[in-house]
Amino acid sequence: MRAAILRRLVEAQKAGRDVLLATRLTDGVQELIEARNAPRRLSLDAAQVGDALRTGESGMVETPEGAVFLRPYIRAPRIIVVGAVHIAQALVAIAPTAGFRVTVLDPREGFATAERFPGAVLLRQWPDEAMATLQLDARTAVVALTHDPKIDDPALVAALQSDAFYVGALGSRKTQGARRERLGALGFTATDLDRVHGPIGLPIGARTPEEIAVAVLAEVIVALRL
Amino acid sequence: MDQPNTRNSNADPVLAQAAEWLNEGRRVALATVTRTWGSAPRRAGSHMAIAANGDFSGSVSGGCIEGAVIETALDVIESGEPRTMEFGVTNEMAWEVGLACGGRVHLFVEPVAG
Repeated sequence: MRAAILRRLVEAQKAGRDVLLATRLTDGVQELIEARNAPRRLSLDAAQVGDALRTGESGMVETPEGAVFLRPYIRAPRIIVVGAVHIAQALVAIAPTAGFRVTVLDPREGFATAERFPGAVLLRQWPDEAMATLQLDARTAVVALTHDPKIDDPALVAALQSDAFYVGALGSRKTQGARRERLGALGFTATDLDRVHGPIGLPIGARTPEEIAVAVLAEVIVALRL
Repeated sequence: MDQPNTRNSNADPVLAQAAEWLNEGRRVALATVTRTWGSAPRRAGSHMAIAANGDFSGSVSGGCIEGAVIETALDVIESGEPRTMEFGVTNEMAWEVGLACGGRVHLFVEPVAG
């Protein structure tokens, strides 16, 4: 690999651009392909390159000149945490270790502060306003943690209108039932509402905010991988 | 604040480490899992960066073949030529490097230079 390719690769990742590195294994010839551009050098099929960039899965493809390894580098999946609460602090601490980007939003004074969330992306906005700009997609998870329908409900509405791969909300079964009725009254179907994981998190007997964060992250990983 | 910001960015930490070593004038090789069969512990695309003094970052298995990969990487840094490697289940030769998990992996080990 030429050092220039490595530097371009790292730069693209830092800038949040999706790229793919194609390597012909017989002679090491390489091409770094930006997601918006077509492949040029290695007799690659644009559809195969597109698939790899969409799924993030690496793999071998055959070309007339030999086998080529496709390695997409796409943006990490993202968790949008609604509610800058204690569980959110624990989630912000562990989720990046598992490869997730995290955005925390909370409109309340004193909650989404840099002091409580060092290094995290913070938005002090109402969810309906914030969600419109966050471009929720199939690599986005939405986790609602405030217990407050004024904040959680608009976030869940935006999540259910998107392709988010995971939607979860904190609250007991009783709270979930009430939430289901409120969201149902807005026109969401039973199938829509079944997308909301609640009570949130895998059942691991979590008690502390930190343990609940582990349970939530595990459930998000299940939704992403299984 | 630096650390969480870095982790919250998109840069693969292994590639970032390789770039940093190059910037420091160190010679570097990059090993990549290109194909797996069975219960291989690291997915295709996993990287391990190796510096000429044997420092490394990342992994290509659960730890069973990294030693052999480092040796090959040092050869690759010297020769400047990429190599492919293949590891399978450990056979009856107990000292042979292999994967105890029963999987098989192919690797591509390349110099990073110029």
